[in-house]
Amino acid sequence: MKIKKTKSRSKAAQEIDLTPKDNKESWVYSKTVKQHFFHPQNLVMDASKITDYDGLGMVGSPACGDVMKVWIKVNKKEDRITSMQWQTFGCGSAIGATSMLSIMVTENKGMKINDALKIKPQDITKRLDGLPMRKIHCSVLGDKALRSAINNYFLKSGQKKRLIEESKRLIDKIAKVTDSDIEEAVLDGALTLEAVQKKTKVGIGNPSVIPEVKQLIRFYREKYFN
Amino acid sequence: MPKSIYLDYAATTPTDPRVVKAMQPYWSKNFGNPSSLYRLGRVSQQAIAQSRQLVAKFLGCQPEEIIFTGGGTASINLGLKGVLIAQEKNSHLITSSIEHHAVLHTAETLHHAGHKISILPVDKNGLVQLKNLEKAIENKTVLVSIMMANNEIGTLQPIQQLGTFITKLNKQRLAKKLPRIYFHTDACQAAGALDLDVNKLHVDLLTLNGSKIYGPKGVGVLYVRRGTPIQAILDGGGQEKNLRSGTENVPGIVGLATALNLVNKNKIKENIRLIKLRDWLIKQILTKVPKTILNGHPNYRLPNNVNVSVLDIEGEALLLHLDQVGIQCSTGSACTSTTLEPSHVIRALGYPYEAAHGSMRFTLGKQTTQKDLKYLMSKLPPLVKKLRQGSPVNIQVQEITQAVQDAPRKIKILK
Ligand code: FES
Repeated sequence: MKIKKTKSRSKAAQEIDLTPKDNKESWVYSKTVKQHFFHPQNLVMDASKITDYDGLGMVGSPACGDVMKVWIKVNKKEDRITSMQWQTFGCGSAIGATSMLSIMVTENKGMKINDALKIKPQDITKRLDGLPMRKIHCSVLGDKALRSAINNYFLKSGQKKRLIEESKRLIDKIAKVTDSDIEEAVLDGALTLEAVQKKTKVGIGNPSVIPEVKQLIRFYREKYFN
Repeated sequence: MPKSIYLDYAATTPTDPRVVKAMQPYWSKNFGNPSSLYRLGRVSQQAIAQSRQLVAKFLGCQPEEIIFTGGGTASINLGLKGVLIAQEKNSHLITSSIEHHAVLHTAETLHHAGHKISILPVDKNGLVQLKNLEKAIENKTVLVSIMMANNEIGTLQPIQQLGTFITKLNKQRLAKKLPRIYFHTDACQAAGALDLDVNKLHVDLLTLNGSKIYGPKGVGVLYVRRGTPIQAILDGGGQEKNLRSGTENVPGIVGLATALNLVNKNKIKENIRLIKLRDWLIKQILTKVPKTILNGHPNYRLPNNVNVSVLDIEGEALLLHLDQVGIQCSTGSACTSTTLEPSHVIRALGYPYEAAHGSMRFTLGKQTTQKDLKYLMSKLPPLVKKLRQGSPVNIQVQEITQAVQDAPRKIKILK
């Protein structure tokens, strides 16, 4: 698959493009990723010591087996995130991306919660000077975990109205596959119908849903990889 | 110079300088095409003939039964596809769940081409059981392919036992007018350590390659027992008894034969040395790094293979940290695989994803010393500790052993 180049790509990201275009082959971390991997910022070394926090979130990608946990503190008056700490069971880029995310949301006196909710995986990868194609999903783990921590904060602080509904839609009744399962699969690198089916079994016993699945795959591909 | 300790000999080995020297004349000086009749051609031809003889000697077979190919994967493709396409459609191939992808993916292709495939499970140590092979055999079975030693966990398969069984069975099948079953073994990992006598092993086809035995990359051997029906999968000039068309890789072939000769000279002594180092390292890791599990068989394993699952951490992260201090090894984690699937071998043992994720392989070789391993042990425990501190996961060894015990072990059939 070809990746469209955007003008904002930094020099290091262009270097990554020198690796074979086939997304399976690219396997180079930028200097920034390495820096954050070897010196992760805001990493929690002893979770039992964290007692004072306003929101806690945890997400996992079962297909890959990675788990991410995030603790946040909030300045309630200004509605800003003042601290984000995290732990991960994941690879080099998962560590690098979450470390970067924790900087992004806490720099300049902390990010407004509404802005933090808008962070996209692309924003993180951009700050990291790029990630290898099939490693994009690692950065997604971080922003998902952050969102779930913010949600937890809304819940704990009684801001019911702000709660984000994790809306899931059942696509294949037989295989019990939801749209978010398909999203997950695409993020894990399944970019074709066949690959998504291999991971989720969607539409295998229920071919009538395949056109919709194809549409979703296209949608998520654009969302994350364009 | 930064420290560099190479512990990934199962991935590939450095080419022995003596091998490089033996190959040297065949690049620019004796460059002739072996098919040419003039002197330069004859020189190349003769180099190949001598190499063939040498390889045949180690396999205990006739030189005509040796086919030089473009590597291990090429040999496996030729062995499996070549035998199956010589049979009618709907023939049956049996293999195991821990084979190299070269075998498993070839089996899938054969399945798409209309053949039936059975994939045998392995026990918790990675051993294929004779009783499962017996169960899987059908009237239409024509080929069994089981690896001699596994590349990831080092488990050695009872090839001789399986081969003897097939040989006996073939006698009965002959009387019943059932097709003969041929037996292929992928010996790429085993070639540097084990006895490859094809008659003792009772195999009809055997694959080995140069890059795992301190020889060159991109050259392999397929042994084909005389009388085995096999068709070419590459069409062309008809080299290698028409089974592997294409101008022969003369330096590569000379290099492979030389390498095989060299590893055989020192095999027993080197095995003893490696086993000592291996067992030392296994014991060190299991006692000095908490929550680690040995993958593969404790005794039936390659002399140079150490594979452990380090719980609660992800292999790529540990690999990158080790690389930073000069140690090069490999992992079965999904995060490093191109498909983002964890090692199919570790999964086949019955391990859950998390344990496959933290599996680390250290494979030793000629240059490995006790000092190297001591250095590794000075780095490994603190690095694991550091990564664990930052991990939100806390799995118990007990959970893993239970999962392994409960894992379903069924013959998988593609039809
Ligand atoms: S965490 Fe698995 S690939 Fe990054």
